[in-house]
Formats: sequence, C-alpha cells, structure tokens
Amino acid sequence: MTDEETMQRPSIVFDERLSLVVGMLQRFTWEESKTSDTSARIELGGQITIDDAAALWKRISETLSDVDALREVTLDLTRIQKIDGACMALLVQFRTELRARKVGCEFVSGSDEVKRVVQLYGGRKKQRQARPKRRPLSAIEQVGTATFAVFGETKQILDFMGRLAASTWHVLRHPKSLNLRDVGLTMERAGADAAPIVLLINFLIGFVMAYQSSAQLKQFGASIYVADLVGVSMTRELGPLMMAIIICGRTGAAFAAELGTMKVSEEVDALRTLGFLPLPFLVIPRMLGLILVAPILVLMADAVGIAGGALVASLTLDITPTMFLIQLESAVKASDIISGMIKGVVFCAAIALISCQQGLATSGGAEGVGRRTTSAVVSILFTLILLDALFTVLLGVFGI
Amino acid sequence: MSRPMITARELSIGYGKTTLLRDVSFEVERGDIFVILGGSGCGKSTLLRHLIGLETPLAGEIRIAGIGAPRLEGAAPRYGVMFQSGALFSSMTVGENVAFALQEWTHLPVDAVSAIVRAKLTLVGLEGAEGKLPAELSGGMRKRAAIARAMAFEPNLIFLDEPSAGLDPISAVELDELILALNRNLGLTVVMVTHELESIFKVGKHCIMLDHESRSIIASGDPKQLRTESDDPRVRKFFNRETSVPQWQ
Repeated sequence: MTDEETMQRPSIVFDERLSLVVGMLQRFTWEESKTSDTSARIELGGQITIDDAAALWKRISETLSDVDALREVTLDLTRIQKIDGACMALLVQFRTELRARKVGCEFVSGSDEVKRVVQLYGGRKKQRQARPKRRPLSAIEQVGTATFAVFGETKQILDFMGRLAASTWHVLRHPKSLNLRDVGLTMERAGADAAPIVLLINFLIGFVMAYQSSAQLKQFGASIYVADLVGVSMTRELGPLMMAIIICGRTGAAFAAELGTMKVSEEVDALRTLGFLPLPFLVIPRMLGLILVAPILVLMADAVGIAGGALVASLTLDITPTMFLIQLESAVKASDIISGMIKGVVFCAAIALISCQQGLATSGGAEGVGRRTTSAVVSILFTLILLDALFTVLLGVFGI
Repeated sequence: MSRPMITARELSIGYGKTTLLRDVSFEVERGDIFVILGGSGCGKSTLLRHLIGLETPLAGEIRIAGIGAPRLEGAAPRYGVMFQSGALFSSMTVGENVAFALQEWTHLPVDAVSAIVRAKLTLVGLEGAEGKLPAELSGGMRKRAAIARAMAFEPNLIFLDEPSAGLDPISAVELDELILALNRNLGLTVVMVTHELESIFKVGKHCIMLDHESRSIIASGDPKQLRTESDDPRVRKFFNRETSVPQWQ
C-alpha cells in the first residue's frame, strides 16, 4: 500500500465498520478444498487489512475447530492483492496453532509485496520456543501469595522503623546532620501553603454541623447548646481529623511521589554515595516539619470551625457571638484543645512516616510511583481513623 | 607493584534467592580504565552497585584501596559515582548538586566552594551552567554535570554506569574524550559499565566480560586483544556484533 493509498483510504460507513469488526462482513476470499483425506488447501484472495481482522480471525477459529483429521494444510496466498501486518500476524498464529497440533502448515506463493510481509512476520527460519502457558493461580495459592506479600510488607515497615529509630538517634547525637533546609521547606509547603484549604474546609464543617443540629436543638429549646456541640466536636475530633485528612491528600501524597521518584531515578542512591543517610536527610526533616506545623494548623482549624458554627447560630438561632462565646467558654476545656493538638501531632507524624516509607519502598518506574502514592494515601487514611478511635478510647479511659 | 585499587574475590551477587553472578574474581589496577562488559541482563550494573557498596554480595569480598566493605553513609565520599541517568538532584541547580558534598563534608567558606564548583564545571565543559536546573540540561550535559559532582571531592577512583548510553554520537565521543583526559591527566582510576563498542575500544584498557548463561566472567584482558585473539565464540560474537536475531528467509 502506498503512502497515498493509506492516506486516501476509502471511508467506511458506521454499520459497515461495525459488521467488519464483529466479523460478519468479509471483504476477502477464503476457499477451503480437500486435496486428500489428510490434507487441505486454503486459498486466500483480495485485500486483507486491519478492517478485515475480525472476519479473518473468525474464519481461522472455525477452521481450527475442525482440523483433527488433517495432517497438512497449505495456505495459498497467490490471489491476495494486499495484506497488512496485523492480518499476517493472525495467519502466522494460525500456522503456529496448526503446528502445535501436529498439523503441517506452509504459506505458498503470493506476490512480491505479500512475500515481503510474510518474510517480516512469518519468515523466521528459527522458530522461538513456545512460551509455556501461564497457569491461573488457585484460590489457595492466591491466599498464600497475598499472605507472603503482607509478611514482606510488614518486614519492610519494621526495617524502616528500625532504621528510622537509629537515624533519629544519630541526628540527636549529631544535630548538624539534620537537613534543616527541608524542615523549613516542609513547614512552608505543608503549613503555610495548606492553611487556606484547611481553614476553608473546617469553616464549612463547623457551619454545616451547626446548621444540621440547630433545627434539632431548637425543638427542645436548647439552641444555646449549639456552641457546646460545635466547640467540643471541633476541638476534640473534627479539627485535627479534617486537618490530617487534608494534609494526607496534599502533603502525604506529595511526599510519597517525591521520594518515590527520587528512588526510581537513583537520586537516593546518589545521596548515599555522597555520604548521606537517606533517612536523616529525607525523612526526619519532613516528619519534623509536619509535626511542627500540626498544632498551629489544628488551632486554626478549631478557631474557624467554631467561627462557622457561631455564624450559623447568629443567623438562624438568634444567638449573638457574645452569647456563643460565653457558652463556648463553659463547654470547652483547655484539655479538649490540648488533646486535639496532640492528636494533630500524632496524625501528622503518622502521615510523614507512612508516606516516606511508601516513597522509599518504590520500585519499577513511573507505574511504581503511582502505585506507592495510592498505597500511601489509603494506608494513611486507614491509620488516621484507627488512631482516632484509639485516642477516643484512651482519652475516655483516662477521663480527659 | 602497587596494591590494586579494587580487589574482588569469589563474589556471588544477586537479589534474594536469585544469583546473577557466581565466583567472580578480578583486580583493578590504579590508573586503569576498567570496563565491565556483557549483554543486557548479564548483571553488569548490579556488579557495579556491589562494587560501589550500594548492595551487599551474597558471598565473597570486595576491597577498595585495601579496605573491605566500608560504610557509604556518614563519611565523606571515597570515590565518585556517575549513575546511568545522571541522578542529579532535580530540586537543586547544577551548582548546588556539585557543591552538595563539599558543603557537608568540608568547612570551606561559600566563596571557596563556589570557586571549586566553577572549576569542576569548566573541567567537564559546563562553564556557566551553575544556575541551571537539571531539567534544563540535555542528556549529555546532565551526564557531564554528574561527572562534575562525582569529581567534586577529588576522588582517585570513579565509577561510571553506561556513560554514553542514550547520547548522540558526538556527545558520546566527547564524553569518552573527557574520561580519557581525566584518566591521563589526573591518574584517575575509572571503572565503567558499558556495551558501546566504540567507547570500549576507545577508552578501555582492561575489561571483563560477563555472561548471562554461565553467570560468570567469560573473558578478561585488553578489549582490542580480546576482539582479535579470543577463541570464545561468545566473546567474538559480542565484539564482532554477530546478532542472534533469526535470519529472514
């Protein structure tokens, strides 16, 4: 096919194309004839291009289902005017299948153009050994493989924690080895840059919570307790949790992707060859940066969440901001705020740990970076909920 | 005779339960340009990673300048390494990349570090590129910058992983010239992994050839001599570019 012919390919209407694709319409000829009891000849003719691949494959499948009595099949290509690589690949597969069933198969004749395609796709003197078919794993094997994978991952995490503990000790003994530049950078990116979205989300959370509860509280004449509800919920629970979820999506994913990319592009190896420990240089600064901004972000989240609640109380319950604040003062204790800040710090430490661990465990190029980033975000969200539940129980037990 | 720069004795290397190479022994003399050859997947780069100290061998011993299995981290670099992709720190400028180890491991003032960085970049033909980010450089320039970073600490041994891979012919020749100049003028010992024949014959003084099938060294010596004198069909095939691609009818 010349370049011009390729470019000026006649357009096929939609239903014709659909028929070609499902193999109903056949634009080439396929004539089978028996030359003896055990041999057959298939004469192919016309133009066989990618548009005819479905029909060709259908004919091949039909023929393959009925070759048990044959010992020899000859594919005569004389009348083929044109064949492209895709269809030749199907014919080669047909020949391979026949040979695998101990049925001899040869391509014969054909124009020079057809012969060139045959040479390119099916003319290898030396046939490669057929790859053994991959056997699907049984359910027990899948469970076993998954169990080993869990053990492998756990081992990796424990190894990481051990090295992190050793690196932390190293940094404590040699504070100069800490990469302070990345501490500041993390505080800026995860703190200052994240502040607007943390503020907006928490304001809306406080707003929605107050709005939803105001109607219920009004029924019992307990509208003023909206301040208690919003204040305690925001400081103890929702402020740190929402902040952590935003940090997980913004910073946790970024850490995992950044370190993952560094790992696959050998930057982490380069760091080691220059005498740097990857953990004090890459992980501890990020963890420290996040831990330092966590209490500030939690306080800001608490404040704007409560402000959102106060706005709703003022608009729908006729509770003035002053009344709201007086009620809030009696409802929210310092321990509520402090426990929320501690939660935020622990959440951020978990985010940094998991995302950095996942990032440094990356292998396998861009696909590996994507997989580890996703894995980091999912693991962090699960861990946050788990830690939150643990905190709630522990704080309840200790009466805080 | 001076002590060898690198001694590898009865090395077995691999990952987990997979052994890539067995009983590999060789020595690299000081001032040599030593090339590790072999087809794709034979373990060249993995052997290099073990020599550098990034991986631990399953068995055997590696001694560099008489010292065995030193820790890479926590000390100034004892040798330079250029990775296949360059592995420049993407968030730093070229100048910061070269200055990185100097700032950490020396107590030089900023001006002195800057002067050294400029000199190293001039050495590799990248004068004036201090302020550029790695993403702004071409593949060849990135590799040159990586050599400048590897040379920053004045090593007498440098490891190069496929230095001319992926470069246009002119950049590849320029890089070969640079390697030769560093070896000739500074007495630098160079250990490089490559399968670029032009590069091997141009810069290689000694080589070992690894084989995927036998998982061992199948030839060692001067690459030019090996090409003409080796009786091993695998060596002849490699040097004479005899392909194993099936012949077309």
